[in-house]
Amino acid sequence: MVAYIFRRLGILSVILFGSSFILYNLAAISGDPLEGLRTSTAPNAKQQILSLTRSLQLDVPPPLRYFLWLKGILGGFAGHIDFGKTRDAQLVSSAIATAIPTTIRLVFFATITAIVLGITIGIVTALRQYSRFDYAMTFVSFLMFSLPIFWVAVLLKEFLAIQFNNFLANPQIPVGWIIGLSAVSGVIWAAVISGDRKRVWQIFAVVAAGTAALLTLLSVTSWFIKPGLGPIVVFGISIGIAYGVTQLSTGLQNKAALRSAQAMAVIALVLYYPNQWLFDNHAGWLLILLQLLATIGIAFAVGLKFAKVDRAPTIRTAAITGGLIGVITLLDKFMQTWNPYMSTDAVNFRPIPTTGQVNPLLEPGNFWFTTLDILVHMILPTIALTLISFAGYIRYSRGTLLEVLNQDYIRTARAKGLNERTVIMRHAFRNTMIPLTTIMVVDFAGLIGGAIITERVFGWIGMGTLFNKAINTFDLNLLMAVFFITASLSVLANLVADLLYSALDPRIRAGKG
Amino acid sequence: MAKKKEVAVETTTQDGGENAIFNKETEGLSQGQIVLRRFVRHRGAMTSLFVIVGLMLFVFTALDQKIGPFKVPGWWHYNTEDLPELRSQGCKEGLVGCPTFSLRPKFLGGAGFGLGEHPFGQDDIGRDYFALVMRGAQRSVMVMFVIGIIGGTLGTIVGAISGFYRGWIDAVLMRFTDFIITIPAIIIGSVVGYHFGNLGVGFLAFYLGLFAWTGLSRLVRGEFLTLREREFVDAARVAGASNRRIIFKHILPNAVGVIIVSVTLLMSGAILLETALSYLGFGVVAPDVSLGLLISQYQDSFTTRPWLFWYPGLFIITIALSINFIGDGLRDAFDPRQRRRITKKDRESAKTVKKAGA
Repeated sequence: MVAYIFRRLGILSVILFGSSFILYNLAAISGDPLEGLRTSTAPNAKQQILSLTRSLQLDVPPPLRYFLWLKGILGGFAGHIDFGKTRDAQLVSSAIATAIPTTIRLVFFATITAIVLGITIGIVTALRQYSRFDYAMTFVSFLMFSLPIFWVAVLLKEFLAIQFNNFLANPQIPVGWIIGLSAVSGVIWAAVISGDRKRVWQIFAVVAAGTAALLTLLSVTSWFIKPGLGPIVVFGISIGIAYGVTQLSTGLQNKAALRSAQAMAVIALVLYYPNQWLFDNHAGWLLILLQLLATIGIAFAVGLKFAKVDRAPTIRTAAITGGLIGVITLLDKFMQTWNPYMSTDAVNFRPIPTTGQVNPLLEPGNFWFTTLDILVHMILPTIALTLISFAGYIRYSRGTLLEVLNQDYIRTARAKGLNERTVIMRHAFRNTMIPLTTIMVVDFAGLIGGAIITERVFGWIGMGTLFNKAINTFDLNLLMAVFFITASLSVLANLVADLLYSALDPRIRAGKG
Repeated sequence: MAKKKEVAVETTTQDGGENAIFNKETEGLSQGQIVLRRFVRHRGAMTSLFVIVGLMLFVFTALDQKIGPFKVPGWWHYNTEDLPELRSQGCKEGLVGCPTFSLRPKFLGGAGFGLGEHPFGQDDIGRDYFALVMRGAQRSVMVMFVIGIIGGTLGTIVGAISGFYRGWIDAVLMRFTDFIITIPAIIIGSVVGYHFGNLGVGFLAFYLGLFAWTGLSRLVRGEFLTLREREFVDAARVAGASNRRIIFKHILPNAVGVIIVSVTLLMSGAILLETALSYLGFGVVAPDVSLGLLISQYQDSFTTRPWLFWYPGLFIITIALSINFIGDGLRDAFDPRQRRRITKKDRESAKTVKKAGA
């Protein structure tokens, strides 16, 4: 195994060497970085040419200059990696260092959302194969496949940002919208749950009426101006989470798991006001991290208290429930911050921005304001990227699950009398995740390359923007740095995916064939 | 007791009936005919096929075309070079060049059903936007097919050779594939653009095709690796068939499903790739027209003159969506395990056939 990994790594470095050599030379002959200066009439043009030539070593021919560049890169093994300088005589590594967090912020959440949504919908469509919902989702996923992202981006800017901001000026939802949205949510839920005709109509009626009531309530109370959940609603949602997580994780018949999940909800209710106090007085990422650790600790304790045997599933259920409740609590805090945030001069009641990473006018200092500011700036790009990329996960998880459901071990599981939840969650879902995991690994590595177009449309400065800029200004060192990082990550991810596959699926052996 | 037995018999005949329906359907048909039948039955794919063929006829006959020395006139009365005057009648206050396309009949206060002078409106300088969109769609479709053909051919050849011969040939070719995957096509585009100027859309499609085959080649290789171990290949070899014959006559026809399906997906991806590159300025450049270029030129005018933004986008989506659906239909048609859902009607008809037979 170790020999296999080393052999693969050796091949990878040869490939990287070859492609970087060729790319370096291609990029070097693709343009002249001094072109603008040569025709410039500025009095110090000559000096600039000289200094640029010296700092970028332009007097060395490209094939040899490549090895100078390579020397800097190989310095990484000795602890000091040197990507050279950009055209503005800045260190490339510092430009990259600021771009990578931006890119990760941009694509990480979008990918997570896409994976969660895509796999959920994919599994539901596979379980409801050939239903109307399945057909509708097939159509939607093909539509998403066919959308150019910049086109979606412009639509989102107009309808989600500008129109929503206009709506906030007078947050009364028109009656037509309430009827329409209720009908749509009724149709979706009826299609997902499905059943005989009578049941479908019942579900439709209940969901549509519920949505209509909720929307009317939100509209009447001007909730969109001053949102918030409050302890009661948070508790209600927590109980819902407790039941949902338990059903998926262990099944509701496991009383210990259900009790401990419910206990987590009760503890969250008891701790609601202490948490608010902590949020107000000790805000910061450290607090959130500590709260997360505390949640896991509580989940452990609760799980040990309620389960006498077979403790791991109970603890897992409690921990997942606690984590989700924590997310809801945080969401509640952000909702409370919403109104003060909107009222600041920098935002001025138009909270959803169409471009940029942060609001430069917003005064720093308040943790909740700055974090909320980052979040609202992420809304549009995240939605755009999610829309584009989740279709692939729908198709893939649907196909894989259908394949798995046809296997003999699923038939065996059913034949020995396991209930449907156990068959789906324990036998089918886990095996579906094996190929999906490897795809995710490769996807995440590809993300660092950035979404060139998304970054450009939404005015973010990440890796994609750097790459684009480097090509347009013939900035060789910058270009090569972006290329080197993305290419090495992508080939490494492929290796990791192969190894992971063989680790997850004992039938497959890495290093053979 | 007797009743129980009857029930058992009933279920077995039902199970057999399900198989019988499928067997009945494929009786006496060649593989190609079965695939064709399955494809024709895929409603989404057939609709998309009609849409794409109709759209291509519509788009390619719209404008004047130069084929060698001959000039074939198009049915549309404007060309991309024409500069008619910007019209403002019928437009909203302060707008010029709005679309004349109307679906609202006169008695409802509209302009009546019809295309009008400029159905998609006019751009900044008065060029007919319908003609521009038609030209852009021609470009996109052309890029799509060129990338599909070049990428498909290269991918099949590389994958077939490395999968069939294995050993060091496979190792070299697959490492070469990895190598191509790491090189971004944009760089090649900008190198070419810098040294040779704008070589036009045909060349763009050509070099994109040279980089688009990698995924397909891996797929074909995998397919060849499994197929070459099958008995029919051994049989052919024992019978004295040459490697060439085995590849082309025995393995390739069995792998053709995978190839066709992934080529269609490659093509739908190619349309989006071309639009994305043009949007970034590395693809089709002005004065040539492409759908991506049109959108990027007019994305800021969405609030004031949305028609400049809607129509190219709708064409991109229609083309890509149709190709995706055709690919899906082909995948279902070529998949031997794919079984259509058995409807009540099938059962009924199978029963009546059985009764008639008895």
